[in-house]
Amino acid sequence: MTALPSHTEKKLGLVIDLDTCVGCHACVVACKGWNDQAYGAPLSDQDPYGADPTGSFLNRVHSYEVTPASGPAQLVHFPKSCLHCEDAPCVTVCPTGASYKRAEDGIVLVNEDACIGCGLCAWACPYGAREMDAAAGVMKKCTLCVDRIYNEALPEEDRQPACVRTCPAGARHFGDLGDPDSEVSQLVAARGGVDLMPEQGTKPVNKYLPPRPRDEVPEFDVLAPYLEPVATEPQGFLGWLDRTLDRI
Amino acid sequence: MHPARSVILFTSLSGIGFGFLIWLGLGIPKAVGGVGAVYYALAFALTVGGLIASTFHLGNPQRAWRAFSQWRTSWLSREAVLAVLALAIMALHGAAAVLLGYQPAFLGLLGAALCLATVLATAMIYTQLKTVPRWNQPSTPILFALLSLAGGALLAGRMDPALWLLIAAGAVQLWAWLQGDKAFAENATTLATATRIGEEVRAFEPPHTGGNYLMREMVFQVGRKHALKLRAIAFALMIALPVLIILVNDKHLMVGIAVLLHFAGVLVARWLFFAEAEHVVGLYYGRAQTPLSSE
Amino acid sequence: MEIDPMKDSVAPDIPTPRFDEMRQTTCYMCACRCGINVHLKDGKVAYIEGNRAHPVNKGVLCAKGSAGIKQHTAPSRLRAPMKRVGPRGSGQFEEITWDEALQLAVDWLAPLRETAPEKLAFFTGRDQSQSFTSFFAQNFGTPNYAAHGGFCSVNMAAAGIYTMGGAFWEFGAPDWEHTRMFLLFGVAEDHDSNPIKIGLGKLKARGAKVVGINPIRTGYNAIADDWYGITPGTDGLLILSLIHCLLRAGRIDLDYLAAFTNAPVLVNEDPASPEKGLLLRDEADKLLILDRATGKPVPFDTQGVQPDLAGSYRRAGVSHRPVIQHIAEKYLSDDYAPEAVADRCGIPAARIRTLAAELARTAFDEAFELDIPWTDFRGNKHQTMQGRPVSMHAMRGISAHANGFQTARALHLLQILLGTVEVPGGFRFKPPYPKPPEAHPKPHCKVTPGAPLDGPHLGFVHGPDDLCLTPEGAPARIDKAFSWDNPMSAHGLMHMVISNAHAGDPYKIDTLFMYMANMAWNSSMNTAETMAMLTDTDETGAYKIPRIIYADAYKSEMVAYADLILPDTTYLERYDCISLLDRPICEPDAVADAIRWPVVEPDRDVRGFQSVLVDLGARLGLPGFVDAEGAPLYADYADYMVKHERRPGVGPLAGFRDTGEAAGRGAPNPDQIQRYIDNGGFWEAEVPKEARYYKPWNTAYQDWAVEMAFYDAPQPYIFNLWSEPLRRFQLAAEGHGERQPPDHLRAQIREKLSPLPIWYESTDARANEFPLHALTQRPMAMYHSWGSQNAWLRQIHGVNPLYVPSAVWEEHGFSDGDWATLISRHGEITIPVALMAALNPKTVWTWNAIGKRKGAWGLDADAPEATRGFLLNHLISELLPARADGMRWSNSDPVTGQAAWFDLRVNIAKAPARAEAAPSFPPVHGPA
Ligand SMILES: Nc1nc2c(c(=O)[nH]1)N[C@H]1C(S)=C(S)[C@@H](COP(=O)(O)OP(=O)(O)OC[C@H]3O[C@@H](n4cnc5c(=O)[nH]c(N)nc54)[C@H](O)[C@@H]3O)O[C@H]1N2
Ligand SMILES: Nc1nc2c(c(=O)[nH]1)N[C@H]1C(S)=C(S)[C@@H](COP(=O)(O)OP(=O)(O)OC[C@H]3O[C@@H](n4cnc5c(=O)[nH]c(N)nc54)[C@H](O)[C@@H]3O)O[C@H]1N2
Ligand code: SF4
Ligand code: SF4
Ligand code: SF4
Ligand code: SF4
Ligand code: SF4
Ligand SMILES: [Mo]
Repeated sequence: MTALPSHTEKKLGLVIDLDTCVGCHACVVACKGWNDQAYGAPLSDQDPYGADPTGSFLNRVHSYEVTPASGPAQLVHFPKSCLHCEDAPCVTVCPTGASYKRAEDGIVLVNEDACIGCGLCAWACPYGAREMDAAAGVMKKCTLCVDRIYNEALPEEDRQPACVRTCPAGARHFGDLGDPDSEVSQLVAARGGVDLMPEQGTKPVNKYLPPRPRDEVPEFDVLAPYLEPVATEPQGFLGWLDRTLDRI
Repeated sequence: MHPARSVILFTSLSGIGFGFLIWLGLGIPKAVGGVGAVYYALAFALTVGGLIASTFHLGNPQRAWRAFSQWRTSWLSREAVLAVLALAIMALHGAAAVLLGYQPAFLGLLGAALCLATVLATAMIYTQLKTVPRWNQPSTPILFALLSLAGGALLAGRMDPALWLLIAAGAVQLWAWLQGDKAFAENATTLATATRIGEEVRAFEPPHTGGNYLMREMVFQVGRKHALKLRAIAFALMIALPVLIILVNDKHLMVGIAVLLHFAGVLVARWLFFAEAEHVVGLYYGRAQTPLSSE
Repeated sequence: MEIDPMKDSVAPDIPTPRFDEMRQTTCYMCACRCGINVHLKDGKVAYIEGNRAHPVNKGVLCAKGSAGIKQHTAPSRLRAPMKRVGPRGSGQFEEITWDEALQLAVDWLAPLRETAPEKLAFFTGRDQSQSFTSFFAQNFGTPNYAAHGGFCSVNMAAAGIYTMGGAFWEFGAPDWEHTRMFLLFGVAEDHDSNPIKIGLGKLKARGAKVVGINPIRTGYNAIADDWYGITPGTDGLLILSLIHCLLRAGRIDLDYLAAFTNAPVLVNEDPASPEKGLLLRDEADKLLILDRATGKPVPFDTQGVQPDLAGSYRRAGVSHRPVIQHIAEKYLSDDYAPEAVADRCGIPAARIRTLAAELARTAFDEAFELDIPWTDFRGNKHQTMQGRPVSMHAMRGISAHANGFQTARALHLLQILLGTVEVPGGFRFKPPYPKPPEAHPKPHCKVTPGAPLDGPHLGFVHGPDDLCLTPEGAPARIDKAFSWDNPMSAHGLMHMVISNAHAGDPYKIDTLFMYMANMAWNSSMNTAETMAMLTDTDETGAYKIPRIIYADAYKSEMVAYADLILPDTTYLERYDCISLLDRPICEPDAVADAIRWPVVEPDRDVRGFQSVLVDLGARLGLPGFVDAEGAPLYADYADYMVKHERRPGVGPLAGFRDTGEAAGRGAPNPDQIQRYIDNGGFWEAEVPKEARYYKPWNTAYQDWAVEMAFYDAPQPYIFNLWSEPLRRFQLAAEGHGERQPPDHLRAQIREKLSPLPIWYESTDARANEFPLHALTQRPMAMYHSWGSQNAWLRQIHGVNPLYVPSAVWEEHGFSDGDWATLISRHGEITIPVALMAALNPKTVWTWNAIGKRKGAWGLDADAPEATRGFLLNHLISELLPARADGMRWSNSDPVTGQAAWFDLRVNIAKAPARAEAAPSFPPVHGPA
């Protein structure tokens, strides 16, 4: 089972809009909340009220600072979970077959009942998308909320990942990236979505939409007419008021 | 990477153990009867001890049997399968040596090949990881194999090959360190490719102020001065002193000391093998791209 | 799902998670009050997600909301009522029954009510039931009641209401659907946290422009297309410079100004008049404008009048000019040219011009119309609604400075000059706003022992006559609200209560009763001294603040200082009422209110505080709580929510009244709460389409508002660019009128209470000594002090470094892991530092309220929050250092009394690394 499927019918995944993410961590906690009581073992926390609180999360939001050659520095909030890679190295290294990629939709999952907790898959993942649960001793990772997206007990509109459903800014999108006509594929095309670490050869399904250009200095010539003075002192201003009111 | 004691012990013990078994498989030295029993017992103690140690870092060791299933794709699985095959063959070989008083050559050759393959498979678990540039190099399997053979030769009391193997291993170790120190910087993955948001990018805030598995497991850092000191110690113990001892005097007692020194050196080198290895995920956590961070 | 590992078996079946039941209520991990679906399994809370139908969050939920389950199960929760048995602050408490607790409170309070009700000071913090808590205080008869507004955002509220009849805060929102350029001033999170994020998401999806004006570029500012890293406290200057540029270029909406604002109203310019600077009125008290057709002054609301902005009206030898000319005269001055302000604002002049030009271009070149006919209050019919796609929002970055009131006024002036308030694409009010300032109550302070106060405590003053002063002219309230110090302190001054009560200034009190306010730690300035004041004794050994009753749900730092602890439930275990009488949850297109109800029962001896107050009111026999026979009127808070009527037919909940179909007005409906529950915990009614914009002037809206009982008769009004209430205080300071300010305050009132927006330096730090501004920001995943007890949230924000801008970082030779000492005129702290480039070069900052006192919040004493986490509050004083005359002034806005948290100035120095941040306090011993 650790062989990767040669082809998946769909490529379900996330598109994350770095131009829109405000770094609120809503997706982080919604993910924890859902997955704490859903697929597999709960996401445990160690020392939750003590000196070194730490626990399993399947999605975490980093922040980076970018200092362009000119213009002010920028900050980018950067959510990261499993990218459901097409050439997922985490799957092929797994000795037990617990890690697998589904042929029908491309979701990469861990069968926790078969996982020995060797940790090798986490070593193989370049993105830090897998975390070993310290209580259960099994590997946890984003399931793409496989127990939501096909879950007929949920209303249809809720059959989407918990993180996507909760994102207040709408910075997370879910869909089939294998279908060029899907909304997510269109979005990726329109906004120039990119792969993380393309050189690692993992062919991630998840795509990131880069921040739009920031702090662009407009051609002042274009804007200058908007500030063409009608008056430099109150008297002139009165004249302008008068003339303008005539026109109204 | 976090230098887990169980993994260091496992690779070191099983490495030298399989090395010894290789020599025994080749019939060097000729070890039959009572002496053979001691030799084989020692070799099996080392390999099996190592393998047992390796389960200590598993989250669910009771399911370890499942690791035999994925030999077609997984080096870890291959290693498990090969280790069992190698041990089985060498057990037969050892039984013949001890009970029948002779070492069947074909079985021995097969066993030796499987032992070498096991050591290489172990090495490939690390070598295959593109995520750890320091490991992802030809020197990794060569060094594992040479150290295994050299350690085995020392245990087998074969000083001539041991000398040359040690020298070769020393050379490869130096090469591995030199290459390894550059590997991270030379590897194409940078924070810029990891984030794709520009070249001048710097980690600002970690995702959580609390710790996590990734940081404990993959973002371990060892100070440069500390590492250099340890390298010197490792090299001295693992290569230089044993070589010196061999050159100066090859009395049995001295050989025993050489083996112990060598093995201690291997342990230190293995600790460094893990502790110095930088995983690309460290980039996301703001770890510098220099091979060794300054303290 | 056992698989055969030796074969390539099929993927295991994925189990389908199921819950037993879903119950819908309202989140209270912050004051945004989103709708939540609480899923239960085996009678326990299993999962919380957003309610898609809810008007506030439309299904989304923030990090805190999703972590509510851990708030509910936190070990820090209080267990039972408690009485202090050891010295105050020692942590020696004894569990008592509710009957004992309530009896104790009655024993303390009943005598006060009969003799001196003002000796009870009842102040609430993050309270969402102020209409009810103030009802209690009013019927008790004490003038000393307020909530947290005074240290929070009263500048915003007061400036908005006095200027345009509604405020930013949570009382209005940009027209997210139509706006093309959005300016965000000084906001990290705000109360409207999910709606703002949803709105920003909409702008981003459309590719509209987001402009962030903030010294710090995180969060919303991180996604801003353009960021202006302004120097703190200088927004007013920047805004007035933008106004300067726009006026000079004539890029203002004259139609709008003429029709909907007091821009055309004539200002009395008679230097001899006691009404100089007030607006001219006719005999019927109507504001006068010049009619362009006749050149004669006529009432502003005359049908068909063409207001003349350019003329002037000569009477008795004096020329009186319209407000717009005063505006032009003032802001066309070169003092406001971009070049003149650039250095102080930390923004190059060219960028100021660019911003002004882009505002002009977007407001006027991208103007559009919506095909919605409407009729204005003058009877004029309009075929379309003129849209201007520029919107703005601001919060405490502007509000929490001592020039915040005038800065917020300046911002509203800018919005109104561009014609972007209550128009498509602009800023819109949320019902029940807008309301003219005159429609709000005035403050009341008349105490009669044994009787209720003469009216509501808080309100809007319109001149010296409305101040809360004793006959001797001294402040009537313990917090000195509505006194000459801060005449327009519409929300009271929570941050002065403890220090005034301790000092017995203006008088001594007996019982300090607080609810949901962590005053011994992160919500106080001068933290260390505040803690000392709470335990300080007089010569006789008696506590200077004799009694403290405190209602909290958790082991906060404050609990340890209570004499009587009233333990509250969590938000999942009680009834609550998010009422139109209070701070409602409406959106611009809908009026809405909501409830909380016990979706799970408490597992311990705690009671919903409001129900406790209902009980206490009845035991004290307060009017409004008992009937003529003295029998309790309400069984509990739920009963009050249903039965109480403020005015006939108008109660705490507006939905499902009468037989269940009535909205706004109607007889109480015994099934009302069930109807709310059945409806998902809230009630909502859409604003009619033709009433959605131009609300202050739109007859359709005015009629609908009356129907909904926001008020009893239509009350259209015009915006106050020129503010008369401010001018009335100036007149007093100039010597006019009976009520006169004390001399030491005359100059301040003359200068700061200007009827047109002004800017002044809000800190008087000697620049070389304290060159840096020090700020805090709300982390989106943490709510003040509450979040740290949450096992999930504290992993995200468990420690807080001080972020230092690049130049300062280099100048001091900092590197990763370093520590620094931060020194203000009030104190010093030693804390870890971290580098940040996207930061104003004169600013350092940290996340708010991460630092915790050891022993609090059910955390281990070595928790990082208690060892390395820190507060800036230790550096901030509620009183400014003595001036030349020896006077110490309150660290507040001189107009509203708003606490000036963000005026903090500091100096930084490298310090040796430490194991713990300094100062470090001994562990606080709360109840076990
Ligand atoms: N340095 C600095 N200081 C600041 C600010 C700043 O920006 N910078 N901001 C200021 C502002 S605007 C504000 S509003 C204040 C906020 O400060 P506070 O109003 O003190 O807010 P919290 O710290 O959240 O404390 C509220 C208290 O309510 C309790 N509580 C929580 N849930 C419940 C409940 O369900 N029932 C009851 N009865 N109690 C409950 C908590 O345990 C806590 O003790 O802080 C102010 N302090
Ligand atoms: N998650 C979360 N949400 C909350 C709260 C919470 O604790 N956590 N608290 C609630 C409460 S009580 C309140 S009052 C609101 C407050 O909500 P906000 O108004 O967002 O308050 P702050 O987080 O204090 O953010 C103030 C912002 O103003 C900026 N600033 C400071 N000085 C200046 C200045 O001079 N000019 C400009 N332009 N910007 C400046 C700061 O950099 C910061 O970004 O949030 C509410 N919502
Ligand atoms: S919920 Fe959305 S906006 Fe918030 S951090 Fe996650 S992706 Fe970003
Ligand atoms: S992101 Fe990591 S865990 Fe996920 S599929 Fe790719 S390699 Fe595997
Ligand atoms: S930890 Fe589990 S899933 Fe990962 S490689 Fe090991 S057995 Fe496979
Ligand atoms: S898809 Fe589901 S499991 Fe994956 S990050 Fe989102 S919430 Fe977590
Ligand atoms: S913003 Fe978050 S914490 Fe506040 S009410 Fe909404 S979901 Fe709850
Ligand atoms: Mo606040």
